[in-house]
Amino acid sequence: MDWVNVILQGVLVGGLYAMFAAGLSLIFGVMRLVNIAHGDLIVLAAYLALVTTETLGIGPLASLLIVVPLMAAIGYALQRLVLNRTLGEDLLPPLLVTFGLSVIIQNGLLAVFTADSRKLQAGDFEVSTIRLFEGVYVGLLPLLQFVVAIAVIAALQFIFYRTALGRAFRATADSQAVAQLMGLDNRHVFALAMALSLAVVAIAGVFLAVRANFDPAIGPARLIFGFEAVIIGGLGNLWGTFAGGIVLGVAQAIGAHIDPGWQLLAGHIAFLIILAVRPEGLFPKVRT
Amino acid sequence: MSEGPLLVVRDLDAFYGDFQALFGLSIEVAAGEAVAVIGANGAGKSTLLKTIAGLLRARRDAIVFAGDNIGGRPAYAIAAHGIALVPEGRGLFPSLSVEENLLIGGQLRRPGPWSLQRIYELFPALAERRNLPSTALSGGQQQMVAIGRGLMANPKLLLCDEISLGLAPIIVRDIYARLPAILAEGVSLVLVEQDIVQALKATQRVYCLQEGRVALAGAAKDLTREAIAAAYFGV
Repeated sequence: MDWVNVILQGVLVGGLYAMFAAGLSLIFGVMRLVNIAHGDLIVLAAYLALVTTETLGIGPLASLLIVVPLMAAIGYALQRLVLNRTLGEDLLPPLLVTFGLSVIIQNGLLAVFTADSRKLQAGDFEVSTIRLFEGVYVGLLPLLQFVVAIAVIAALQFIFYRTALGRAFRATADSQAVAQLMGLDNRHVFALAMALSLAVVAIAGVFLAVRANFDPAIGPARLIFGFEAVIIGGLGNLWGTFAGGIVLGVAQAIGAHIDPGWQLLAGHIAFLIILAVRPEGLFPKVRT
Repeated sequence: MSEGPLLVVRDLDAFYGDFQALFGLSIEVAAGEAVAVIGANGAGKSTLLKTIAGLLRARRDAIVFAGDNIGGRPAYAIAAHGIALVPEGRGLFPSLSVEENLLIGGQLRRPGPWSLQRIYELFPALAERRNLPSTALSGGQQQMVAIGRGLMANPKLLLCDEISLGLAPIIVRDIYARLPAILAEGVSLVLVEQDIVQALKATQRVYCLQEGRVALAGAAKDLTREAIAAAYFGV
């Protein structure tokens, strides 16, 4: 029963990793931009949620109503004012600029909030569990987080493949020049993609902040988890990314159960094994 | 709305970096008119269409469309203004299905005669393949999608770049047979073609380009084979 619990916890945490990864994957898919600041933006969202809950006296879940639109607006502005200027044939400028952004966000948060660990309080909800069957319990919070992750991936999938916005994303990714002939302003399309990405980041950031302590320096590690989930799942496949998050979560949970010091190591080892055995990931999207 | 021609290109220069592709080129297209632009490879035909559509830079007053200076405006703004380009090599979106390619052509929601249903009536072969990826179609069918996608924008001016490129003659004839139905809806048409016989049959007037300049212009029925050959090859 012990192991069942361990794997179950890993699966549920995997939902969070999938949310880290989905926004990353979306941006790379639409505009070939690798957002090095993605993890720090997750932490930024966590701090925004902290400020929102403290000033308004509302719970973490209610704070989503403010943090999600706020992060989306930040994403739109960031893309329009900064990142669009870095896009072109060369992949290096956006990489360098988002790297710089990562440093700025970390130090900005450090200056405002200090290096103290913080956490969002969700009250009793945080610690309540339900019994699935004898000896196997799941926390309501991880369960909710997992359900939200499924909903987020399903919503992204729907937006991408069933709406005019998704059509514009895919068309612009195929050919910016021809997309413009259709009347699509690629700068606006890219900004909408970044807004959507940071809306997902906001959800991930709030759940991260409820689940565990956070401080300004933990962003880069979240970025790595996101990258690993994307690569494990296979580029360009949202449900693959979800599976990638779960693989990573389960590997970490198993590692931590064997020895608490092995949690991160086990995740990285699982990632390396999959990279060695299936370099294209578990469920790559065939794209010609 | 202006009284003059729908499109006036006046003294247009166009560049790829330092390389000049068009030299003081001028053409006109009246409302409802079909005009052919012919010429050898590298004469500047595709460059002319790309510049009109806004994919290449142009002087502000070098291109006047429906009375407005549109030179140098971004391509998406020109599309919204009523010019649709069917690009060379079709330029379909491989990630999109046939129907999605058509729908994205109509995403500006300009009012007009063309709708998904009308496109499927014009090209019935597309209706039964609407959910296939655009890459799964034959070359001729892909060209139909490209034309249909242009029409979905309900343009006042449709620019077609080498519809016949890489297609069997019988397919080319089939596609050209649909042009009268398209023109009947009142759209103006500029056809860039290597296939001169088809181009002359389908249009009223012809411009022949040579090394970025207009070498010959006239009514399609008045031009002799010799005059065209001379303007085409520059001999």
